[in-house]
Amino acid sequence: MSADSVAAAQAGEIPIGQLRSRGYWRSVWVRLRRDKVSVACAAVLILIALSAIFAPLLSPHDPYQGNVVKRLAPIGTAGYLLGTDELGRDMLSRLLYGGRVSLFIGLFPVFCALIVGGTAGIAAGFIGGRTNMAIMRLMDVFYAFPSILLAIAISGALGGGFSNVILALALILVPPITRVAESVTTQVRSYDFVEAARASGAGTWTIIRVHVLSNVLGPIFIYTTSLISFSIIVASGLSFLGLGVTPPTADWGLMLSTLRQAIWINPYAAALPGLMIFVTSLSFNLLSDGLRSAMDVRL
Amino acid sequence: MANYILRRLLYAIPIAIGVTVICFSLIYLGPSDPIAAVMPDEASAADVQRIREAYGFDKPVPVQYALWLMRAVQGDFGNSLQSNRPVLDELIPALQNTLRLAVFAAALSFAIAVVVGSVAAYSQGTWLDKTVTSFAITGVSVPHYWVAIMLVIVFAVELGWLPAMGMGTGSSRDWAWDAEHMKALILPVISLSLIPAGIITRTTRASVLEVLSHDYVETLRAKGLSEATVLRHVLKNASPTVLAVTGLQFGHLLGGSILIETVFVWPGTGFLLNESIFKRDLPVLQGTILVLAMFFVFVNLTVDIMQTWLDPRIKRD
Repeated sequence: MSADSVAAAQAGEIPIGQLRSRGYWRSVWVRLRRDKVSVACAAVLILIALSAIFAPLLSPHDPYQGNVVKRLAPIGTAGYLLGTDELGRDMLSRLLYGGRVSLFIGLFPVFCALIVGGTAGIAAGFIGGRTNMAIMRLMDVFYAFPSILLAIAISGALGGGFSNVILALALILVPPITRVAESVTTQVRSYDFVEAARASGAGTWTIIRVHVLSNVLGPIFIYTTSLISFSIIVASGLSFLGLGVTPPTADWGLMLSTLRQAIWINPYAAALPGLMIFVTSLSFNLLSDGLRSAMDVRL
Repeated sequence: MANYILRRLLYAIPIAIGVTVICFSLIYLGPSDPIAAVMPDEASAADVQRIREAYGFDKPVPVQYALWLMRAVQGDFGNSLQSNRPVLDELIPALQNTLRLAVFAAALSFAIAVVVGSVAAYSQGTWLDKTVTSFAITGVSVPHYWVAIMLVIVFAVELGWLPAMGMGTGSSRDWAWDAEHMKALILPVISLSLIPAGIITRTTRASVLEVLSHDYVETLRAKGLSEATVLRHVLKNASPTVLAVTGLQFGHLLGGSILIETVFVWPGTGFLLNESIFKRDLPVLQGTILVLAMFFVFVNLTVDIMQTWLDPRIKRD
């Protein structure tokens, strides 16, 4: 916040609230833009997202149309930039299309878990008492499972498939988000300004909206972004095990699993889908770290 | 402290009960009636009903749960639908094979992480610190099953130094401490160590940095102690957190080894689980998950108690 704007605020030219909120987000943006790693990661992710969205326009071949004669062609084959897979389908096209499924089953569960876990955690933290006990002890039971095992158990018992993988992933992401949401809310609730607001007659909903939400959403959001990388790895892992989408759908995890069987013939074809998962997950992780320091959130 | 340990032990009981409820309900999550799913298509309705009664599936669900739990605590998880052998007989050798991987992977990641994590903390801000930090973040961001495949490509397909799959000699499931079996252990253990190594490195770096920021470290140096002695003090103070995180990672290794076991066709619990899912062998699925989750609860409990014992300053409520 510059000295000028403070002076302007004091002079009553800019409403104080507006000044504060705009100043914070602007400084976050400035700090984030200065961080070269975050900018690079954001660029990579935008590129991957765009190539997935525009896959039908960008793909040189039909991702489902194989050519039996040209099976497992090496990288750089004429007409097939990244070679072909075990059924002679163009790798580049399949990787582009695969991004659509892989990104969706990696990201959508995080979004669902944010809504459910965030609400449950804020409710537990704000209401406290028995409600807190009930919600948090329930989460503890889910914490008693190694998370990957729980995801496999749930999607395995449900019989696999696209929506079951999303459900299983969302379920394992809810407990950690709830825990963080509960702990930041409990903390904020104990602050004097909440007490002051209550003392000056603010209603419960006003307190939640103005004083609690504005202070807890940032940390919850940051924590949630740090789970995206994990979610993408586990989502692709479930597809790799054969629990996700069914062939011939293009999906990075499933591609890795089918190309794995061909490593004795063309070892490097299996490297590509895994590399896509790796680059995506690493970029999300680094960007989340950058965002955390730019927003100055401590968890 | 004794009070805390007692409360922590008591607290593990409802958690354990919750775990059994989840494991029990797994069979009801399925898309179809669990009995119909395992019966051949040509089975008559009367046959299905007879099996349903024989296995107690005609009773109310809470009664079924109680019966199942009573048998499970005695180690009877039923028989495998595939091999018709008791689930426990399949589970025990698999658990041993997974433990071998998990113990080695935990030891390897702990050894690497403590060294590089402390080095990074001591050289905070230098290129060395940055290198270590980037390796740590790579370790937690990389799909470890993909690294496993890449390791197989390099060391088995291209170089031919190590076996690509299996546990030593052929498809044998018997373990022996010889060169053949140890060689088969190398690639799976390295792939499994990536995630815990990344996490423990980050923890070590953070806790060593935290300890280094205290005034008493300066006092130790001012007293004229050698840097090696100071380091001993620092590590001792950073150890409770690092050991706790290592313990938790060990628990995660046991339950999370399924992907690596699938890549290497390693006959452990993950492999067993994978088979049971695709063959819809629900008793095996249920039994394996129950045992792994109980093991995880036990590891968590031990870690908590150990941590309080190592560092009595940690106040718990």
